[in-house]
Amino acid sequence: MRRAVTREAATNTTLALLLLAAPLAASAMGEPFYVTLATRIAVLALAAVGLNIALGLGGLVSFGHAAFFGLGGYAAGILATHAFNAEPLFLGIAGTTSMPAIWLVAMVVCGLVALPIGAVSLRTSGVYFIMITLAFAQMIYYFAISWPAYGGEDGLSIYLRNSFPWVNTAAPLPFFLVCYGLLLLGLLVFRALRDSRFGAALQAARQNEVRLAAVGIAPFDIRLTAFVISAMMTGVAGALFADLNHFVSPSMLSWHMSGELIVLIILGGKGRLFGPVAGAMLYVLLEHVLGGITERWQFFLGLILLGVVLFARGGLIGLVAGRQSHG
Amino acid sequence: MAETVLEIRDLRKSFGALKATDGVSLDLVRGEIHALIGPNGAGKSTLIHQIAGSLTPDSGTIRFLGRDVAGLDMAARARLGLARSFQTSSLAREFSALRNVMLAVQARQGSSLRFLRPVMQDASLTEPAMAMLARVGLAERAHVPAAELSHGECRQLEIAIALALGPRAFLLDEPMAGMGPEGSRRLTAFLDALRQEAPILLVEHDMDAVFALADRISVLVYGRVIATGKVDEIRNDPEVRRAYLGESA
Ligand SMILES: Nc1ncnc2c1ncn2[C@@H]1O[C@H](COP(=O)(O)OP(=O)(O)O)[C@@H](O)[C@H]1O
Ligand SMILES: [Mg+2]
Repeated sequence: MRRAVTREAATNTTLALLLLAAPLAASAMGEPFYVTLATRIAVLALAAVGLNIALGLGGLVSFGHAAFFGLGGYAAGILATHAFNAEPLFLGIAGTTSMPAIWLVAMVVCGLVALPIGAVSLRTSGVYFIMITLAFAQMIYYFAISWPAYGGEDGLSIYLRNSFPWVNTAAPLPFFLVCYGLLLLGLLVFRALRDSRFGAALQAARQNEVRLAAVGIAPFDIRLTAFVISAMMTGVAGALFADLNHFVSPSMLSWHMSGELIVLIILGGKGRLFGPVAGAMLYVLLEHVLGGITERWQFFLGLILLGVVLFARGGLIGLVAGRQSHG
Repeated sequence: MAETVLEIRDLRKSFGALKATDGVSLDLVRGEIHALIGPNGAGKSTLIHQIAGSLTPDSGTIRFLGRDVAGLDMAARARLGLARSFQTSSLAREFSALRNVMLAVQARQGSSLRFLRPVMQDASLTEPAMAMLARVGLAERAHVPAAELSHGECRQLEIAIALALGPRAFLLDEPMAGMGPEGSRRLTAFLDALRQEAPILLVEHDMDAVFALADRISVLVYGRVIATGKVDEIRNDPEVRRAYLGESA
């Protein structure tokens, strides 16, 4: 048992260092494109770490997390646009181009939206839960498409990347470091939650909700809390994603995006601390390498996913580090 | 007169045309083991489910510590002090035996909305949980995942979890089932002492255990209590012998 724990820790450290070293090297060699690729990995991984709280720890297969990813993106886009045009948002509140302020807004908005969505969805389970979360996300998607004020179908451009104190976010490497730092923070939060009393109850709810209720802990309360926290983290990643692309559009809210986040987690290892990181690395590299060869690269992604589901339920992390240990 | 902890009055529950609980009234008083016996399908588990809150009765009342528990779900009843074990073990199977018990210790201490301190480094959880495992003789198996425990060990773990809740009453659904004679004998001795901590409503098929332990016995047949009394009264009740004991005698 002890060995499995350290092997997982070694795997995680390797992945973390790799994700840091690659863009540093690329930047030194004058290859900013690869820095952007690494940033994409970090941001998608953060979004998936958020989902991993609900899906991995809680067993809640949310097929609607694109809603939170997109809302985070729109928080960045809308606040930046209002600041750029010097138009107050509403009630005289000004926009902002400060990333920390945008992240805070993204978290609050996503938390407030996730609360009712979770409260309704969590009355159901299994395939109904999947469908209801999907339905809520699609409602938000169509709302974004049909609301012309913020670009509707065309989306919203962010002309200048938002700012972070003492960092030149317009340059690829500093922006990467901001995203990377936030990913590490997200991983720390995930680990703390997983190991805490809350995490124990959440994982017990996944394994056997009757057992949890029989000791006096209401599974619903625990799951709803997890769903809200999960949405907040994915929302922050959405804000970063918009800044990365200088652009936010309804596609960030679409069910494809929800599916992509689930795929990242399954590939990497659901419930595992670095599962989303491994999954995002593999996904983005496949997208880049195979995508350069064939437009049908997702066919090969499908094959790999099939292989993982059939032969390696623990995902990449499970393959390398063995089974999950619960202490 | 001893203090009544659990009071069930005219409880009814049907599954379609089947009356699984058909006007059951029953008490559990402080310090006693009240055994509930009856043939398979008599409705014993169904009754336990209704008391614990995992099934809703069609009518009748259940009062626990003087309070009508009708509006309370399973978790709320557990917090009031109703601890149950399941006829088929119900555990968090990926968690170790220790973590299963820690969950109960954590629940007893209050809110689970605590996000920072790692549970495995929290002696206020691990120590009481270890003590409970030691009491049921599972200390050596503390770090084994529940999925890898033997059938008998799962039964012991269920008891340890119930103990850790520090309950005001135990609802035990066939705790000896599949335990083997040695295990049954040890559990019998254990339950004998346990009634001082909290009264036990004991559903059990092992008649040696029932006759050794029970202060009172109720006999359930087709959802009805056909007799309640002391061990000797039940043993000698002609109706009971005909309806139930006759089968095995
Ligand atoms: N959820 C259910 N739906 C329909 N019938 C049930 C259900 N649960 C139990 N029963 C039926 O109710 C009767 C009592 O079952 P149970 O309480 O498990 O009996 P016992 O525990 O005494 O063996 C049985 O006939 C059983 O088939
Ligand atoms: Mg039964």
